[in-house]
Amino acid sequence: MAWFKRQDKGIHTPTEKKKEAPDGLWYKTPSGNIIHMRELKNNSYVCPDDDYHVRIGSKEYFEILFDDNKFTELDADLMSADPLKFTDSKKYPDRIAASQKKTDLKDAVRTAYGKMNGKDITICCMDFSFIGGSMGSVVGEKIARGIDHSLKKKVPFLMISKSGGARMMEAGFSLMQMAKTSAKLAQLSEAKIPYISLLTDPTTGGVTASFAMLGDFNIAEPGALIGFAGPRVIRETIGKDLPKGFQSSEFVLEHGFLDFIVDRRQLKNKLTTLLKMVY
Amino acid sequence: MMKAPFAVWTGLEPATSCVTGRHSNQLNYHTFDLFGTLTLVCVRVSLNCDAKLCAYLIKSNRPIQLFLSTFSISLKLSKRGFLSTFVPVKNQSMHLEFEKPIVELESKLADMKQLAQQSDVDVTDAIKKLETKITTLKKDTFTNLTRWQRVQLSRHPERPYTLDYIYEISDDFVELHGDRTVKDDKAMVGGFATIDGESVMIIGQQKGRNTKQRQERNFGMANPEGYRKALRLMKLAEKFNKPIITLVDTPGAYPGLEAEERGQGEAIARNLKEMMMLKVPVVSVIIGEGASGGALGIAIADKVLMMENTWYSVISPESCSSILWRSWDYKEQAAEALKLTAKDMLEHKLIDGIINEPLGGAHSDMKAAASQLKSDVLKHIKALKKLSEDKRIQQRIDKFSDMGAYK
Repeated sequence: MAWFKRQDKGIHTPTEKKKEAPDGLWYKTPSGNIIHMRELKNNSYVCPDDDYHVRIGSKEYFEILFDDNKFTELDADLMSADPLKFTDSKKYPDRIAASQKKTDLKDAVRTAYGKMNGKDITICCMDFSFIGGSMGSVVGEKIARGIDHSLKKKVPFLMISKSGGARMMEAGFSLMQMAKTSAKLAQLSEAKIPYISLLTDPTTGGVTASFAMLGDFNIAEPGALIGFAGPRVIRETIGKDLPKGFQSSEFVLEHGFLDFIVDRRQLKNKLTTLLKMVY
Repeated sequence: MMKAPFAVWTGLEPATSCVTGRHSNQLNYHTFDLFGTLTLVCVRVSLNCDAKLCAYLIKSNRPIQLFLSTFSISLKLSKRGFLSTFVPVKNQSMHLEFEKPIVELESKLADMKQLAQQSDVDVTDAIKKLETKITTLKKDTFTNLTRWQRVQLSRHPERPYTLDYIYEISDDFVELHGDRTVKDDKAMVGGFATIDGESVMIIGQQKGRNTKQRQERNFGMANPEGYRKALRLMKLAEKFNKPIITLVDTPGAYPGLEAEERGQGEAIARNLKEMMMLKVPVVSVIIGEGASGGALGIAIADKVLMMENTWYSVISPESCSSILWRSWDYKEQAAEALKLTAKDMLEHKLIDGIINEPLGGAHSDMKAAASQLKSDVLKHIKALKKLSEDKRIQQRIDKFSDMGAYK
């Protein structure tokens, strides 16, 4: 005999009457443990049980890196135009509007300046939730202006990449953002201002092939997917399964394209230590 | 030592061996090995140059007697300076769907001309009429091409590739190899060339003409070592203060396992940054396909030009279709949406100019296409040379920094 038995038969609750627990209060880690969001937040969004680095956005990174979460945002209102009148299954402006509504962001990158452990820094951080963190004109321009700010104020520049690559809906314009950001970084380099590129999960395509790989220091979070071509494309091209750990941060470090991998909980202090040594 | 070469030519004297060859559709030649001491070469059909023949003659290391069955031959010895294993190969004629009506009329015209020669019937009027008809049809077809048709033309199997252009426009060319780290990427070629007496560095992606070549050239998809080789050559040009010309023709950087291991993204990124700061004039020309980062990786230039029937964008229409429409069948729509032709790109100020192709596309008259490319590129280099280094670099950076559309 069962311990619990439903006494009233035929109870149906319509969907709209179902009560829900507040969304995002609990987080299930990859190992299967359920933890409270507060605990996750206090741990820099790293699962305490298995050190899994949860995908987070610019809001969270700013919170982690800027002292007391105090910063001044640059070009917060810059928005995408639709230079090509691009339409696939949806019109591009509609897609942008839908993403803006869903994510409460204006585009896939935010720039801010403030203090990190008492030292000035400019941080540019991408948001994967906004059309896959794709790079269009706004992303390129905001990064370029962020670098300009660093150039003007002579403060270090930190770029946090998290993107699927260039944004198709701006075609040629997106492609040229690779050139634009690289041009600005060349100037930053000439001015001998340090540039740290932090690659997070995932960083692929045109972003890897431009600013993300051009740091004086290229660093990454553990377990991030980092590559030029996506794994599916490579699998289709070579017709073979990819080895385990292919294109992970550890793999990229092993092949010599990263300086080190950093745990998010130590990110702020490690960056400060490093910058103190060089600048 | 020689008895009578004419005797050999007329077949009266036995030659110890005879090699008969034919290639490029330009040249038939017979080489006779006379008593192991002298090579006699009989060439039919006029030609400008022929690397393979030159190589044969040099290798034979014997006195050479040239025999011309037609008198208009000029074996340009300067082409001996063409220090590359490359030999132009012509494909069997292939036609795109929209080229077919023109080809049909052209074969009709050829038939008619033959008829006129053979019989006494006067068909001059008919021939003239047909000729005008062909020209009008060609004009109609090639001025109203859809974006997808231009993509098809950019991939035409007979379209001139980088080394074809180099072969046509340069007096001398010394191909250089290797990235000094891993290997020599055959999909990326480059070297010093002399064009109208001026030394330049030419670099570009190279596609293959037949199956074997395509495999060797990896379909024009360079690996990281290709981009590093390109950068090495550019730095070399900078060191010796020579202008750089890059010819872009790639379906993309190679998306392979080893490419990732060796840092495809890093290689391209580095090129973008380093090319921004090159002290010498740089002119890039999209001569076929200009796909994404693989193309941009050698296309940071003071002047970026596109040939008329080429495309340049962030993704190929096929891949775009497969991602946004989740099917490969919307490539035409994708091509339209991407606005990837030379005209579109110029309109959006993402490139600096268009190089006209002969009516019928670059493949219909390779020499004319090459000579147009040469004169346009030289014109730009001449103008760029007048600027100071710093000014050129600043303009280059400003140009790319201004690209974008936002509000």
